[in-house]
Amino acid sequence: MSIDVAIRQSLRDDARRFELDIAFETAARRVVVFGPSGAGKSLTLRAMAGLGRPDAGHVRVDGHVLYDAAAHIDVPARDRGVAYVFQDYALFPHLTVAQNIGFALRGGWLNPRRRERDPRVVQMLALFELAGVADSHPSRISGGQRQRVALARALVAEPRLLLLDEPFAALDPALRGRMRMELLALQQRLDLQLLVITHDAADVEALQGHTVEIRDGRVVR
Amino acid sequence: MASLWVPLALTLKVALWATAINLVLGVAVAFALSRWRSHAREVVDSILTLPLVLPPTVLGYYLLVVLGRRGVLGGWLDRLGIELVFTWQGAVIASTLVAFPLVQKAARAAFEAVDPQLEGAARVLGLREAAVFFRVSLPLAARGITAGALLAFARAMGEFGATLMIAGNLPGRTQTLSVAIYAAVQAGDDHAATVMVLVVSATCVAALLLAGWLAPDHTRRSRP
Repeated sequence: MSIDVAIRQSLRDDARRFELDIAFETAARRVVVFGPSGAGKSLTLRAMAGLGRPDAGHVRVDGHVLYDAAAHIDVPARDRGVAYVFQDYALFPHLTVAQNIGFALRGGWLNPRRRERDPRVVQMLALFELAGVADSHPSRISGGQRQRVALARALVAEPRLLLLDEPFAALDPALRGRMRMELLALQQRLDLQLLVITHDAADVEALQGHTVEIRDGRVVR
Repeated sequence: MASLWVPLALTLKVALWATAINLVLGVAVAFALSRWRSHAREVVDSILTLPLVLPPTVLGYYLLVVLGRRGVLGGWLDRLGIELVFTWQGAVIASTLVAFPLVQKAARAAFEAVDPQLEGAARVLGLREAAVFFRVSLPLAARGITAGALLAFARAMGEFGATLMIAGNLPGRTQTLSVAIYAAVQAGDDHAATVMVLVVSATCVAALLLAGWLAPDHTRRSRP
C-alpha cells in the first residue's frame, strides 16, 4: 500500500513559466500535500488522476503503474481506479443526487435513470445521510450536502485512491471543522487511501497524515 | 384550399429535413470546433458562417455549380442516379446550407459554456469519450442546441433565394410556401398570398415560442 509520485512538467504561457518537479513516496494512508496557491498542487493532482500529462516521471499507486514516461505508460483517467473530489465538487447539474452518485456504476451512453436505485447507491445515500435529498438537483442542496454527494460519487466504485482538491475551501468556516472530522472518521472507518491537497494549515493539523509541503513546484519538506 | 396545403406540406417536409440534418451535422461540427485548439479554427468558423451573410441567390448559384448536372459533384451524382436540381431534395440541401450556421453557432457557444471540469469528472468516473459526450456535454448543451435548431427551422421555413435557384418553382414538386407567395403575387392573387403569408408568419412565431418553452434549464430544474 503506497503512493510513489515523481513528476516533471513545464508550463509556459505569454506571461510566465512554471516548472513542476515533485517527488514523494509514502506508505501512509492519509497524505496531505500542503502549499500556497500556485505551488503546483492541483497540477500534481491532475497528473495523478490522468487529467493532465506530465513531461516525465511516474505515478504508482499500490504497485500499479498509472503513468511512466520512460516506459510509455499512460493509463487513461477512466481506467486508473482513482477517484477525484474537485474543489467545487463538479457535480453534474442536470442529474439528481442519486443519479450523480450512481454515475460511475453505469457504463455506456446513458445516464442512470431517475428512479433507478442500485443497492450501492442506496448504501451511499444512507452512509452520507443523503436519502432525504436523493431526488434533488445539486443546485437545491446545501454546501455540506454537496460535498457529501461528491464523496459518495467518488467512493461508490471503490477506488484504490481518493484524491481531494481543497475539500473544505468552498465551505463556510463553521461547517469546515465538522466536515474535517467527518472525512477523518470516514477514512478510518473505510480504511481509505486518501490524498488531500490544501493551502490551509488547519487541514494539515486536523487530518494528521503524512505531509508533503510544496512551494514553487518543488517539495520543501 | 388545395393551393395552400400542398406547398405547406412541402415546406414543412423540407424544413424538418433541413433541421434534422443540421442537428447532426451542425452539432458534430460545433463540438469538433469547440475542442479544436488551433489558429485555423476561427478561419474555418468564418467560412462556415458565410451562408449567414452571403445573398441566398449566391449560395444557390454555388449549389448549381457544385451539384448541377455539369457541376463538380453533379456528374458523379448523376451516374449514381441522384438528381438534386429541380427536386425537393435539392430544396432540402439549400435550406440546410442556409440554416447551418444558426445551429452550428448556437451549439458551439453551448459546448464552450460546458464546464470542462464536469467532463474531467466524468472521465475520472470511468467514462469513455463518447459516453462523456452523450451523458455530460450534450445534455448540458441541449438548451442552446434546441434554441439554435428552432431558429434554423424558422429560417428553413422561409428560405427563398437558394431554393428557387436549385429547386425552381414547380407547383406540387418544389414550390414551397415562400416561392408560392412570390408566384401568387406575380399572378395578382393577393388573397392566396395573404393566407400563405399568415401561415408562414404564424409557424415561425410558434417555432420561436417553442424555442423558449422546449428548452429546460437543467441547472435550475429541481424537485422540492
